Amino acid sequence: MTVPFLILAAITIAGAVAAMTLRKLVHCALALAVSLVGLAGLYLDLGAQFVGLAQVLVYVGAVVILIVFAILLTRGDEPASPRVGRAVSGVMISACVFGVLVWAVVSGGAAQGTAAPSLAPISDIGHAMMSRYILPLEVVGLLLTAALIGAVVIAMEEKRRTK
Amino acid sequence: MTTQAVDQIFVTIKHWLVLQSPAVIQPAVSVLLSVLPLLIIFPSLFAVTTVLERKGLGRMQNRYGPNRVGPYGFLQPLADGIKALIKEDIVPVGADKLVHFLAPLLLVMTAFLEYAVIPVGRNMVVADMDSALVFFFAAGAAMEVSIFMAGWGSRNKYSMLGAMRAVAQMISYEAPLILSSIAVVMIAGSLSTTTIVERQAGYWGVWPYHWYVFTPWGMAGFVLFMIAATAESNRSPFDLPEGESEIIAGYFTEYSGFKFALFFLGEYLGMFAISGLAVTLFLGGWAAPLSFLTFIPSWIWFFAKLMTLIAGFIWIRGTLPRLRMDQLMNFAWKFMLPMTLVVIFSAGIWRFMPSGIVRWVVCAIPIVLLYWLLGRALMGGRKLEKRTYRFAE
Amino acid sequence: MLGIGIIQGLVETARNFFGSYTSKQRLTTVQFPDERLIQPEAARVFPFLVYDTDDWEKGLRCVACKICEVECPPQCISITKSADKKPDYSGIYSGKPQFYPEKFDIDVSVCMSCQICVEVCPFEAIKMDNAFELSTDDRFGGLMWDKQRLAMPNSHYQAIHPTDAAESDAALAEKKAKAEAKPAAAAAAAPAKPAPEKAGAATER
Repeated sequence: MTVPFLILAAITIAGAVAAMTLRKLVHCALALAVSLVGLAGLYLDLGAQFVGLAQVLVYVGAVVILIVFAILLTRGDEPASPRVGRAVSGVMISACVFGVLVWAVVSGGAAQGTAAPSLAPISDIGHAMMSRYILPLEVVGLLLTAALIGAVVIAMEEKRRTK
Repeated sequence: MTTQAVDQIFVTIKHWLVLQSPAVIQPAVSVLLSVLPLLIIFPSLFAVTTVLERKGLGRMQNRYGPNRVGPYGFLQPLADGIKALIKEDIVPVGADKLVHFLAPLLLVMTAFLEYAVIPVGRNMVVADMDSALVFFFAAGAAMEVSIFMAGWGSRNKYSMLGAMRAVAQMISYEAPLILSSIAVVMIAGSLSTTTIVERQAGYWGVWPYHWYVFTPWGMAGFVLFMIAATAESNRSPFDLPEGESEIIAGYFTEYSGFKFALFFLGEYLGMFAISGLAVTLFLGGWAAPLSFLTFIPSWIWFFAKLMTLIAGFIWIRGTLPRLRMDQLMNFAWKFMLPMTLVVIFSAGIWRFMPSGIVRWVVCAIPIVLLYWLLGRALMGGRKLEKRTYRFAE
Repeated sequence: MLGIGIIQGLVETARNFFGSYTSKQRLTTVQFPDERLIQPEAARVFPFLVYDTDDWEKGLRCVACKICEVECPPQCISITKSADKKPDYSGIYSGKPQFYPEKFDIDVSVCMSCQICVEVCPFEAIKMDNAFELSTDDRFGGLMWDKQRLAMPNSHYQAIHPTDAAESDAALAEKKAKAEAKPAAAAAAAPAKPAPEKAGAATER
């Protein structure tokens, strides 16, 4: 465990805790952004430049902004009243996710820490995406395009109704 | 001293200084010496640009600009700076103190981060990383968050509206910005800014033949990139996030004194950074524009090109009125996006055709055709004519 | 074609930009402290009190009739009438002693430069000045102008508003002539009432 790792892990965890505990939803979203930046830092620390930077570009640049917009446009600025049932189900779900992740990491063999990290240059990632993984990439692209068109269609439907 | 030595003078000085320091702190000294000049040069450039911009805009409107402070008014930024420093720093009672305080800092910080990957001269880049371009856009994405923080933290409806406008606009124009630079990445085959500059090196006679701006897709890509950059840095005519007439300076309505100055600084730093990226991607980076001018140091060429683009920004600002929100969005999604897609398509053709005049023509055809068609469609049969005013004449 | 208008606009601003360096006619700015426009004769800013002769206190034309104080729309004039009378120092009241303003203050932060005080004054005693660089660092005392601050010689009036000053002087001369003619007429028509004192008549209004 190196010093940068400890600092970044602390930032990530602090951000995540703040995102759970803060009262105002916008604060939670901003804390989530901090946590995501910390995670990106961890990727960069591991030498995965592309993943780390894409993390910032996509999550901070798009997802957090989307969340924030959703909060603002639905007027959810008031702190929600905490309910025991909701908290219990939340804890159970996160415990399940955590368990699955731990199982995946342990059985994946990465936990031994013996395998030297392979620093793939970014051009290799590009080549792999454009040759070996071209089909999954295209499928993802198609899915996203379909989602985009679907969103536009739904929005236009609403507009017609309001007229 | 040879031209080579003059060109590399800063690099040599830095190496010498690093070697002078004790071995333990050498990495830290190296980082400091790379970063510190940027922290000094670009804010000074900001100071010079504000006064040049005000003078230039004044001349475009047939008046003198600032000419009172110092010779020809060139000490005006000093006076402005002192004024900003001694002004009262007002934080609204209802504001979210922490978010309100952090927003300008984050904005300036992310703006400075963008400079890490811009080569300002031969061997003069802070972080020569593989995915430099992704880094640049990632830092730009963090800027949106800071603008949102400023708008929301002020707890003011005008600030909020301004921030919403700014974020919506920046997200919309980020798509054409990134797509037009993807064309360059496709041809250069690299995301590294230094490699992209290297690929554009070389002359054909005296002419810098390999600059991407001299290809049909590069020329269109450059124009689209600069339009998107104008929108991204919230400059006129895309400055409706800060529309003074309707939302009173938008997301920095509630900022005063030095924090306001920081916003101003952040905005200009963003503009310099994105102009620097345009220079790197399309205008051959720090290379001399003609082969017999290579004796002039590379860093001078970089800043000369940068200031030329800034002059373009100022010229545009002095000319065009502010767009309306629907015009802004229509322009982004109905014009910019299809154009950038066809630029990428054209770059693809360019990649696989043998070089020659035929390639030039073939690659230009789809771009010109789409431009003409979009122009016809968007004008919707209206003709450009002199506007008449019924009661004024 | 799309974009032509933008190019035309750019050409226009470029023409302005370079034109402003070559032709002085384009630059209409007057660089104020160094260059000044000649003020039109009718320019007016704040009122002043006219005095004749060279003594500002004794020579004031004002007789504290308070018409201007009453008429002033924003009520920026405040006058205290004297208890005694002073001799007709300037010789425009046919030698009769007159009341004089013990205090005559104008709050120029309130004054709206309407010139109504000038219109209503029957004695040509208050006129409009055209001095405009009047900023002060004392926003209460510095903007409350007293009698001494307001007093200006008639020659100043003649200098800044020659046409109006000539009219005003002519009116005064006529009045003086009439006043001088009156005692003569009164002397001719033997048992006649003395003419009512002008200042007294005005204050009774």
